[in-house]
Amino acid sequence: MAKIINKRFIIPVLILFAIVFPFVTQNDYFIHVMTLSFIWMIGVYGLNLLAGYTGYLSLAHAGFFAVGAYSLGLLTVKAQMNFWLAFVLALIITSVLGFLIGLIALRTKEHFFAIYTLCVGYILYLIIDKWDSLTEGVRGLIGIPAPGNIGPISFETPLSQYYLVLAILLVVILIIYRIVHSLTGRTYIAIRNSEDLAQTIGISTMKNKLEVFVLSTFFAGLSGALYASFIRFIGPDIGNIVITFDLLTYLLIGGIGTLSGPIVGTVLVVWISQQLQFLQDYRMLIFGPILTLLVIFYPRGIAGSIAGWNVKRAEKKIAKAQQDERFSQSPISAENQVKEG
Amino acid sequence: MLKLEDVSVKYGSFTAVHNVNLEVSPGQIVVLLGANGAGKSTIFKTISGLNKASSGRIEFEGESLNKRSPDKIVQSGIVQCAEGRKLFPSMTVEENLKMGAYVHRKNKKGIKESMKHVFELFPILEEKQDDMAGSLSGGQQQMLAIGRALMAKPKLMLLDEPSIGLAPLIVEQMFEVIKTINREGTTILLAEQNANAALKIADKGYVFENGAVVLEGTSDELFANDEIKKAYIGA
Repeated sequence: MAKIINKRFIIPVLILFAIVFPFVTQNDYFIHVMTLSFIWMIGVYGLNLLAGYTGYLSLAHAGFFAVGAYSLGLLTVKAQMNFWLAFVLALIITSVLGFLIGLIALRTKEHFFAIYTLCVGYILYLIIDKWDSLTEGVRGLIGIPAPGNIGPISFETPLSQYYLVLAILLVVILIIYRIVHSLTGRTYIAIRNSEDLAQTIGISTMKNKLEVFVLSTFFAGLSGALYASFIRFIGPDIGNIVITFDLLTYLLIGGIGTLSGPIVGTVLVVWISQQLQFLQDYRMLIFGPILTLLVIFYPRGIAGSIAGWNVKRAEKKIAKAQQDERFSQSPISAENQVKEG
Repeated sequence: MLKLEDVSVKYGSFTAVHNVNLEVSPGQIVVLLGANGAGKSTIFKTISGLNKASSGRIEFEGESLNKRSPDKIVQSGIVQCAEGRKLFPSMTVEENLKMGAYVHRKNKKGIKESMKHVFELFPILEEKQDDMAGSLSGGQQQMLAIGRALMAKPKLMLLDEPSIGLAPLIVEQMFEVIKTINREGTTILLAEQNANAALKIADKGYVFENGAVVLEGTSDELFANDEIKKAYIGA
């Protein structure tokens, strides 16, 4: 019971904090970093749904992120399309591509799936990098517009963009929450548990895996499209494998297969790496060992481990309560022991 | 109801099951006897579609199952309760049961009724419905596995070694419940090493050795057979 109250309490506090954050800091740079963190979180949530809940580690997500970003960029810059129309189209393009790739990729499992998607991600990156006439190659796309006005609300200032991204992130979290706590979510967990077992209770694993793969790429695409409209310049590097591993790092540190993991991991890693900016690439000397130790000792990440401790504590409490009960009934149990003996 | 004609199953170049013929009629309890590795589980996996028969024909209610996918086979009424009490350990007892009713997921009322029925058969599961499946004892896990299979309302239930690793008293209870389930209208195909307990409730049995049927007959015939007595009953 205490845990439920705690949860009910902590979520509004976090949301409130996110809402007042810009007023507290008043620092444009911090707002910028936070907005960027929110954008990454959306991508991490997509990856979490697939890798965390369904057990299929996709390494193509930077590719899908870049497809979302470039779709938006090309449609607005080169096709001069209305921003929100381009935004919706970018999401559709990413999802359709996800569907087609999923059809083939999901014929493989485990390591083979990871390796296959790693290749897919790299091919997507190469296409963007080399297809000069379409994507401008290494020069990148410049002048992507900020999100268009919705009625009287404009998104030209960093502050308004911060709130737009925050609002979208909250909707994403709500959707993920609903999925995870529904039969659909349990179906994904069942597939992670054992595909054979899932099949023997009548789950069509291919259909469900394809569904979650498309959902996952949708969120990667959403994250990418938001990134493009926020940074307003994109280069092929956003499709690089390095980005996939960044997303994966956030997820592993926060807690794979948990709801709060993507938030915890992303905020933590993004802020720590901002703070350690002065160390340049030597930062990785710190991150590498920390990540390795974490995976060895806390494979469920920060959020997963805390949840694990809570469960253990609750169990101990129950066990203790039972022990007390037994103690108070000891004359009876002693009698029983005599009888049974 | 279920008919296997000359079914062989291969794992790569290794033939795990040779030309098995087997028939189950509606309302029966049929038992497959045999030691570990005799091919019982392979037969089960083949019936439920996880393995494909390399030759032969599997028929259920007059229709071929050979090319049907596992989920479609569950929909047609064959549900396997896998060996080793395979549950979803991180889900609660109630969630596990609900997963069992996956093919009936649109029928909320039906699920509630099935769950009530399972709780009548296994009252302990009702008591523990909010506990994690992984925290249950061995016997309770087996009950949950059977309960989950029942949630799919099978016409034919495949039970793979329900007595494995359980205390004798629990084994007896388990077989009582299996008899009850059968009496309520579910046909049962049972794989067992515990020939004594299994033949007591079964109508008919097949003895497997090295992936082939070496003996078949009614349970009385098998009980009376000296070879069986020596090999499986130990009398």
